[in-house]
Amino acid sequence: MKRKVLSVLLSAAMAATLMTGCGQATSEPAPAATEEAAPAEEAAPAEEAAPAEEAAAEGDLIVVGYAQVGAESDWRTANTESFKTEFVEANGYKLIFDDAQQKQENQIKAIRSFIQQEVDYIVLAPVVETGWDTVLQEAKEAGIPVILSDRMVDVADDSLYECWVGGNFVKEGEDAAGWLSEYLTTQGRADEAINIVTLQGTIGASAQVGRTEGFASKMADTWTMLDMQTGEFTQSKGQEVMESFLKQYPDIDVVVAENDNMAFGAIDAIKAAGKTCGPEGDVIVISFDAVKAAFESMIAGDMNVTVECNPLHGPRVSEIIQTLEGGGTVDKVMYVDEGVFPAETAADIIGERAY
Amino acid sequence: MSSSKSLIKKVTGFRLFLPLACLFLVLIINVIKTPTFFNITIQNGVLYGYIIDVINRGSELVIFAVGMTLVVAASGGTDISVGAVSALAGAVCCFVLSGGEQSTDFYHAPYILGVVAAILIGAICGAWNGFLVAKLKIQPMVATLILFTAGRGIAQLLTDGQMIYLRVDHFKMLGASIPGVPLPTPVFVAIIVVILTYFLLKKTALGLYIETVGCNSKAARLVGLNSTAIKFLTYTFCGFCSGIAGLIITSRVYSIDANNAGLNLELDAILAVALGGNSLGGGKFSLLGSVIGAYTIQALTTTLYAMSISADQIPVYKAIVVVIIVTLQSPEFTKMRTALAAKIASGKTAKEAA
Repeated sequence: MKRKVLSVLLSAAMAATLMTGCGQATSEPAPAATEEAAPAEEAAPAEEAAPAEEAAAEGDLIVVGYAQVGAESDWRTANTESFKTEFVEANGYKLIFDDAQQKQENQIKAIRSFIQQEVDYIVLAPVVETGWDTVLQEAKEAGIPVILSDRMVDVADDSLYECWVGGNFVKEGEDAAGWLSEYLTTQGRADEAINIVTLQGTIGASAQVGRTEGFASKMADTWTMLDMQTGEFTQSKGQEVMESFLKQYPDIDVVVAENDNMAFGAIDAIKAAGKTCGPEGDVIVISFDAVKAAFESMIAGDMNVTVECNPLHGPRVSEIIQTLEGGGTVDKVMYVDEGVFPAETAADIIGERAY
Repeated sequence: MSSSKSLIKKVTGFRLFLPLACLFLVLIINVIKTPTFFNITIQNGVLYGYIIDVINRGSELVIFAVGMTLVVAASGGTDISVGAVSALAGAVCCFVLSGGEQSTDFYHAPYILGVVAAILIGAICGAWNGFLVAKLKIQPMVATLILFTAGRGIAQLLTDGQMIYLRVDHFKMLGASIPGVPLPTPVFVAIIVVILTYFLLKKTALGLYIETVGCNSKAARLVGLNSTAIKFLTYTFCGFCSGIAGLIITSRVYSIDANNAGLNLELDAILAVALGGNSLGGGKFSLLGSVIGAYTIQALTTTLYAMSISADQIPVYKAIVVVIIVTLQSPEFTKMRTALAAKIASGKTAKEAA
């Protein structure tokens, strides 16, 4: 009895995944419904004919399935856009895009449907780090390489994915410290004692850990880190913490905000305290992410520099796929190029920013 | 001797004694830990200092607490949707003023329209809660849970899941300060809300009605009070307050971040009511107690920032302090304490007799 129920459930699940697979209006290279599930086959035949024809027309396109987190921020939207513009037929690709709306179960469903559709590569931007072993094992057994984008997964066997593509948060932190050191030299303040406070991101987030670590590793001897507190990546918390810093430490030279939103809050707090910030002001403001609003802030003369967190992963993933297609191997960790944008370049660059 | 004892009794028996004592306790700790806590200077023509921060940043919480007090008093339940409703109100305001654009530096609609829309949406949300609680007799916690979860979702839908920025100096005034006025604007808004509510309750019979309904809803109906209407009214008023608070929150950061605006403030608001010596079971209430409670919570937060305690650890310290304060105010604890004192006293006399 139990078995019967289980088999009914299984076949129902199978049919459901098939339906969603076909429902995506994409073209599978070959019908994938030849597995043991007999009931599922009944649902499939109608759909089978069309994809087969299309597959012939497609020729040798590389089919890539992208399981995206969702569209929660500008950064994410720019990331999606980068894949959609890179993986086009003109470049020899066929992209199957899936928006998981912040849910892991949607992503797992998407990966299973990619496997059924026999895509050539799967790109995954995981919502969370854990719980991927089973589904990635399925992909591995199907012989489909998985490339991770932006966030890492926590799996026992790291051969389950081909490589990870994303920003190097530690390097971003180092770049920020490097910029500060150069800037102070050009200002003739290289030997001056510099007091720094840091508005950290949400404690434990990879961006917070990497940026804090990177900046700390490049601290010059004349610099003092007065205090670090979390502003939880939000503007209002950043403002509140900065207000408190300003009262505790009358002589702050530099504020490091681990994302742009906290930097906006800090700038408001600095102004409210009767001080000035930016290239012409008392306090140097260093920020991360480089969203469009940060460029506006730099043009307004409030922010000194922002270190990019590049969302344009598409071209990098494309490079990796080309290497793999040519029979090459790639490193497990592949960084994207990230820039440092000081205020004086803001006006020139803002026009070409995608996000 | 007896006269001084009766004076102490009079002072400690005063309704607002405990809430006030708690506030002073927090402030005294500050003076010891941070001697500059009470320093006030003038920066850019605005008063500046820790104590001003407490009054300024506590404004939203005071407004929330005023609405929450009435809801608690009339229905014996809490409205847990206030934070989400304030985010929704802020989103509506930004959406109206920005004309749906993501970042703008001029108003696409008259400012007053945005303000009215925000307050109206707050009141509508409150009315919805009131309808569920008063008319359909759903438990307040469950009824307001709907907007608690859905409110931010609706706000996200409206803003397309993105933050909307309104970089207009005029828009920032409500959350910062008006040129030439030495106190931050939110302080005035909070004071106006408190005073208007106070007079509304004291100069009309409304306050008495609310207490009556809260004490015994059935008895209130039997003496001719429309319990349903009064409960409905308090929830609507609470939503109205959330709308005003949402405007201040939005104006402070001149943008709406539907995920974070007013986050966890519903819990602080309920705490403020409890700290103010009000029973969460409904009935008699003290508006001023809640206001003092709200400032106590904000003083605690600012204190912890001043002591360089990380923002993510603050809830732990808050919890400890709150446990102590609430225990002190609990009638059971008072009973236990007097019983213990009596025991010790009787033990002493027994010994003396022996």
